Amino acid sequence: MVQFSNEQMAEFNRLVSHYPEGKQKSALLPVLHLAQNSFGGWLSSETLDYVAELLQIQPIEVYEVATFYSMYNLKPVGKYMFEVCQTGPCMINGSDDIIAYIGEKLNIKPGETTADGLFTLKTVECLGACGYAPMMQMGKTYREHLTKEKVDAIIDECRKTAALNN
Amino acid sequence: MSEQPLFKVTIDNITIEVPAGTTILNAARKIGGEVAPPAMCYYSKLEGSGGKCRTCLVEVSKGSEKDPRPMPKLVASCRTTVMDGMEVKNITSEKVIDARNGVVEFLLINHPLDCPICDQAGECHLQDLSYNHGKEGTRYEFQRRTFKKHDIGPYIQLHMTRCILCYRCVFTADQLTKKREHGVLDRGDHAEIATFIEKSLDNDFIGNVIDVCPVGALTDKTFRFKNRVWFLKPMDAHRDCPTCSGKVTLWNRGDEVFRVTARKDEWGEVEDWICNTCRFEKKKTSDWIIEGPRMIDRHSVISQGHYAGNIGTHKPTETFEAINDGRQPKLLMDIHNISEVNKPEITLSLLDRPAHSTDFTK
Amino acid sequence: MGVKLLLDKAHVEGIRYFETYRREGGYRSVEKALKQMSPETIVEEVKKSGLRGRGGAGFPAGMKWSFIAKPEGVPRHLVCNADESEPGTFKDRYLMEFIPHLLIEGLIVSSFALGSHDTYIYIRGEYAWIVDILEHAIEEAKANGFLGKNILGSGFDCNIYVHRGAGAYICGEETALIESLEGKRGNPRIKPPFPAIQGVWNRPTVVNNVETLAAVVPIINMGGEEYAKIGIGRSTGTKLISACGNINKPGVYEIDMTISVEEFIYSDEYCGGIANGKQLKACIPGGSSVPILPANLLLKTAKGETRLMNYESLSDGGFATGSMMGSGGFIILDEDQCIVKNTYTLARFYRHESCGQCSPCREGTGWMEKILKNIDTGKGKMSDIDLLWDIQRKIEGNTICPLGDAAAWPVAAAIRHFRDEFEWHVLNPEESQKRNYGLAHYADPIHVPA
Repeated sequence: MVQFSNEQMAEFNRLVSHYPEGKQKSALLPVLHLAQNSFGGWLSSETLDYVAELLQIQPIEVYEVATFYSMYNLKPVGKYMFEVCQTGPCMINGSDDIIAYIGEKLNIKPGETTADGLFTLKTVECLGACGYAPMMQMGKTYREHLTKEKVDAIIDECRKTAALNN
Repeated sequence: MSEQPLFKVTIDNITIEVPAGTTILNAARKIGGEVAPPAMCYYSKLEGSGGKCRTCLVEVSKGSEKDPRPMPKLVASCRTTVMDGMEVKNITSEKVIDARNGVVEFLLINHPLDCPICDQAGECHLQDLSYNHGKEGTRYEFQRRTFKKHDIGPYIQLHMTRCILCYRCVFTADQLTKKREHGVLDRGDHAEIATFIEKSLDNDFIGNVIDVCPVGALTDKTFRFKNRVWFLKPMDAHRDCPTCSGKVTLWNRGDEVFRVTARKDEWGEVEDWICNTCRFEKKKTSDWIIEGPRMIDRHSVISQGHYAGNIGTHKPTETFEAINDGRQPKLLMDIHNISEVNKPEITLSLLDRPAHSTDFTK
Repeated sequence: MGVKLLLDKAHVEGIRYFETYRREGGYRSVEKALKQMSPETIVEEVKKSGLRGRGGAGFPAGMKWSFIAKPEGVPRHLVCNADESEPGTFKDRYLMEFIPHLLIEGLIVSSFALGSHDTYIYIRGEYAWIVDILEHAIEEAKANGFLGKNILGSGFDCNIYVHRGAGAYICGEETALIESLEGKRGNPRIKPPFPAIQGVWNRPTVVNNVETLAAVVPIINMGGEEYAKIGIGRSTGTKLISACGNINKPGVYEIDMTISVEEFIYSDEYCGGIANGKQLKACIPGGSSVPILPANLLLKTAKGETRLMNYESLSDGGFATGSMMGSGGFIILDEDQCIVKNTYTLARFYRHESCGQCSPCREGTGWMEKILKNIDTGKGKMSDIDLLWDIQRKIEGNTICPLGDAAAWPVAAAIRHFRDEFEWHVLNPEESQKRNYGLAHYADPIHVPA
């Protein structure tokens, strides 16, 4: 069963407190982020129903929102998600090559997760880092000015961190 | 409410006076005929509807008496209120006709055009719109969009490929039921009407989504593949219903009730919402008090088989019997004896796709 | 060096934190506004400044403020649009990341002017780390008495909250943003009613871009009239330009709007010229939705005048030979870039970001993307080019919100100015997969300043 911890619940209450009374639905987007971070990086239908219950709204209202926004993962994803921008400004700076390189190195296509569950490769549209292209989002931060060498280093770093945590 | 002042508005050179706050579309409907723009998403009985399909775009060539400047863009007539002295061009504007042809083309590029097997055929607003504004042939050379099939219960059949995302069914569920269970999921060209988690819609009034749907996306499962609407005779009927007004239109052939719908006005809008019991459960003529034939627009294909004056549940004259002096036709072979299809125990309406011979060999 | 009003202190060590920001003269405008000015006089100053919305549309900010309805007993809200998602644009991110207190300061003054006691920053979901930066800045401002109850003893209460989006370009459109702030899908509303009358929770609402609100700080500090003296014509004050693409020094630059496009591209103070010694081919000067301009129309207008980096000059010639200032996302394409491919990725972007509410955008964006992909990959037909033109024409102006226009304009401009390149792709399906059309478009190669 999904259930926020006390600490997560406190954050939930803080988010809801930002909006006028009776308008708690407004907290839906931030709360879905919180839920996604709290429950394994994705939103199961159980999680969505839990959020609906917490915010006292109909489940369909949550489904409608969760499927609209591209940052919510409705299927499990790898521990590390490489979201590489492929829009115009990144494309003219070689994002296609970076996407191909990551795919080759991890032996996955965009949209897929490695067999070990460590990496997901995803192509995304403009992330607002056009001056630092090519780039990708990894968790909460951006990795910019990507080169093949940088990609190698990032993958190594992830593997090391994952090994340490196991 | 205090009396609204009257505004003078001229649409396609016809001037009428309407209360302030009236939309251009409703003003045009008062004039009637071709002056009324087509509306695929607007529904006067659903609050918040309209503005989305863009078929009702019109040109405002004069904003008002006070501010005569024309509006820079075409506007959605269903969501734009008239101003005093406003001048509007609908079918007299080339820009409007051009834009509307464009909208119709957009609505059709991903439409399956499966009218021959669609239960909505004959009463489909998209069909009418295409006849009026569509082109023969298509310029779209790509695979048409498909969706994963969703079963939404025993009463309502969802064909997402036919949907034009008018949102009417969403507004209906919001405004007629306490708990909406379906909605628009995903976004952009993959937005779809769905429930997310497979579930059947079973609110007492949810059947009304079938009547508000302008296309064949939501159809009556209990009527699925049973008959073509133009072979049926629509009759106004009522019953004493504890849930709804009980005022319906029966669609009969002989004394067999094929389906029950709400009564619809000349713009295709429901007059009174009806409950699921009336719609899906009362399929016997004896359940109803029949008032008389339902007036159907004479341009409608439904009128072709509509025999006015012949009130009641007269069975239509069966041609074969008539020409054979009352003898039943003698069949050279009974197709049901040799064919694999149409086995009575196979319920076609349970299939989520066109029937295939393999369905009958199981 | 031009005048700098927003980023002059952006590189002071520690400016991200309250103490340094305050020491460098921060929050003076709040003191001035709350102690010496009335909400009305602030609106007047902003009107006098000629400040135009920096999000893309360029609508006069003071005028927008004056539209807000003030019904008795109904709260009003100011919402900061930090949903920066227009390809090529990353100026707001820079401002929020490096000098967050400038935005907070501008928000406090603007909230006071509009009577907003609960003000929201709607930030795009991907800028997750900036949420932390902003929330920290808000906490600091609160701890120092610039936010919360009875700010500086003025009796004015104000709180600022950060609302994180979740990945949808459309939420940069103000009514979609409001829907999203209400916890709904980012479907733009059908206007009217306008947000100034019925915005978030049906309350009067003003939505302004990050840079617009930050610019309120120097306007209050120096006075609207002084601010209006900077720049030229109706392009007053300074503008942040985020420059990217094939240039030596991509980044965010603050310009006063008197410099020429040529200076901006080639001077070392700004872009530092085209990267790798290549030649300029084309430029999208105001974010991906504005019309692309070929080099010969970029540096000089059709009339042969020097084109300047401001609203009027960039749009000189209309869409036939001009473009737009837009959001200030300045994208440079060098001789090696393929216009067809670039247009295809932008079409893909707009298809991906269409909310799907209205038919022309939902269906038209996907159709354009598919055709462009065909042409780009050597499968196009000559008739596809005219078809594309017709599709974009039928989207433009016929949609609920400006995303339809934003999707149509890049396609229209690419065909308008680079039709030969599209035709070359169609006629040379194999060759076009191996090499670029390059600068064949131009009779005379573009002059590169020494």
